Amino acid sequence: MSTPFYVSPQQAMADRAEYARKGIARGRSLVVLQYADGIVFVGENPSRALHKFSEIYDRIGFAAAGKYNEYENLRIGGVRYADLRGYTYDRDDVTARGLANVYAQTLGTIFSSNAEKPYEVELVVAEVGATPDGDQIYRLPHDGSIVDEHGSVAVGGNAEQISTYLDQRHRDGMTLAEALKLAVQSLSRDTNGSEREIPAERLEVAVLDRTRPQQRKFKRIVGRQLERLLGEDGDAGASDAEEGADGAEPDAGSDAATDSASGSDSGSGASGKGDKDDKGGKTDKGGKEK
Amino acid sequence: MDFLSGHQPEMLPGNRKLPTQGVIEAPHGTTIVATTYPGGVVLAGDRRATMGNVIAQRDIEKVFPADEYSAVGIAGTAGLAVEMVKLFQLELEHFEKVEGTTLSLEGKANRLSTMIRSNLGMAMQGLAVVPLFAGYDVDRAKGRIFSYDVTGGRSEEHGFAATGSGSVFARGAMKKLYRDDLTEEQATTLVVQALYDAADDDSATGGPDVARRIYPIVTVISEEGFRRLTEEESSEIARSILARRLEQPDGPRAALL
Repeated sequence: MSTPFYVSPQQAMADRAEYARKGIARGRSLVVLQYADGIVFVGENPSRALHKFSEIYDRIGFAAAGKYNEYENLRIGGVRYADLRGYTYDRDDVTARGLANVYAQTLGTIFSSNAEKPYEVELVVAEVGATPDGDQIYRLPHDGSIVDEHGSVAVGGNAEQISTYLDQRHRDGMTLAEALKLAVQSLSRDTNGSEREIPAERLEVAVLDRTRPQQRKFKRIVGRQLERLLGEDGDAGASDAEEGADGAEPDAGSDAATDSASGSDSGSGASGKGDKDDKGGKTDKGGKEK
Repeated sequence: MDFLSGHQPEMLPGNRKLPTQGVIEAPHGTTIVATTYPGGVVLAGDRRATMGNVIAQRDIEKVFPADEYSAVGIAGTAGLAVEMVKLFQLELEHFEKVEGTTLSLEGKANRLSTMIRSNLGMAMQGLAVVPLFAGYDVDRAKGRIFSYDVTGGRSEEHGFAATGSGSVFARGAMKKLYRDDLTEEQATTLVVQALYDAADDDSATGGPDVARRIYPIVTVISEEGFRRLTEEESSEIARSILARRLEQPDGPRAALL
């Protein structure tokens, strides 16, 4: 007597998408940025053992937000795909595009199959090229689509807000320290616009460094090196960050304008007291490009 | 590895069909030598590959990095050996990426042992692969050498080791020259001396080829990781040995008592 409720395909897909999105939103956000010598991955991760970022192949890195067991599964699949491909053909024949395609197929199949629940993950696959023009960053949302990204990308909880923040401030040719600081600033902004401090121990940072002499370009940045990069300007950076938080909403147009006015004549002084001006200068350039 | 055996088992060295009859003529690599010194280990190989009585290749490379802290030098059928090394490198890297940590040096040596054993069928047909594995043990902070036989039998060598057709002569030379307080520079000189002696008495081992600028491949594995000596560095060593041998063809003499 009891007939099953009719659920339209549109509704079913919307429900699944919402389910996946909610799962991803519970996770902490992470960002991937291009800098002069490569690509940097930054995320907040209290665990030392369970990584959000990983090496897939010589020039390819992987970042994931969402459920650990699901993206770990995908990561291992990716490593296998890459290693098998590289062994069968040549190391140069393993590309981020190929890998992103495989991930898209997998995620897409799982998303539209009714037998399984959709994966609550969002991935980033990045490949560092010989020059900045050769860098590739792909974002793979839970439904199996591929988004080709440039410059900066954020995934996870409040990804939208963070990517808006990054889009306004990221520019080409940043140094690693600059990119890292920008990433941490973007991550430490809460949804309500307030700022919280993320200590270096809670950060997971990795780079794909094209200047690395080894064939494998992926490297984790930990401990002393991370602290040194973060603290390259000492307390100036901290006060700077706070200042930004007070005045700025995610669409910090006016903030950038005032900053750039003060920083327009500063050139590119890298450290010490020039830092605040420097930040203004780069915001300015970023604004022009976007 | 398990993935490969599940999907494309025919790509694994052990799963190939064996030739039913006849002996295959294929290039063979010859002499590999290794010695430890207090800061690490040196692994070196000559550059010749032979096929019967013909020199198949003058500038073959037979010493490869396995990963950051280990290297493998191969003697035996060159094609199979190079592929075995490729698979070995892949496995170490794959393990490292999937597990997040590197294998222990013992683990790597055991893995290589299994791979050699899987080649036993081919070895019975005359296509043996007998590598020498050397690495820096990060836990024990010292260089270690492992030698193998065709059945995959593994044994750790203390001090120095050699494999391949010229190994008898190379081992003799090292026995007389080895000391346990060598510096890195002395250790590299020692292995090139041993290769020179091997080339002197074994027709399948190539000596330094000054005319063509082909010199032995010398690699050093220490706390800083794997490093292959540049051509300049290894030619420097080979040339200085050559200069001394012009006066003393049999090389340095050890004390009688």
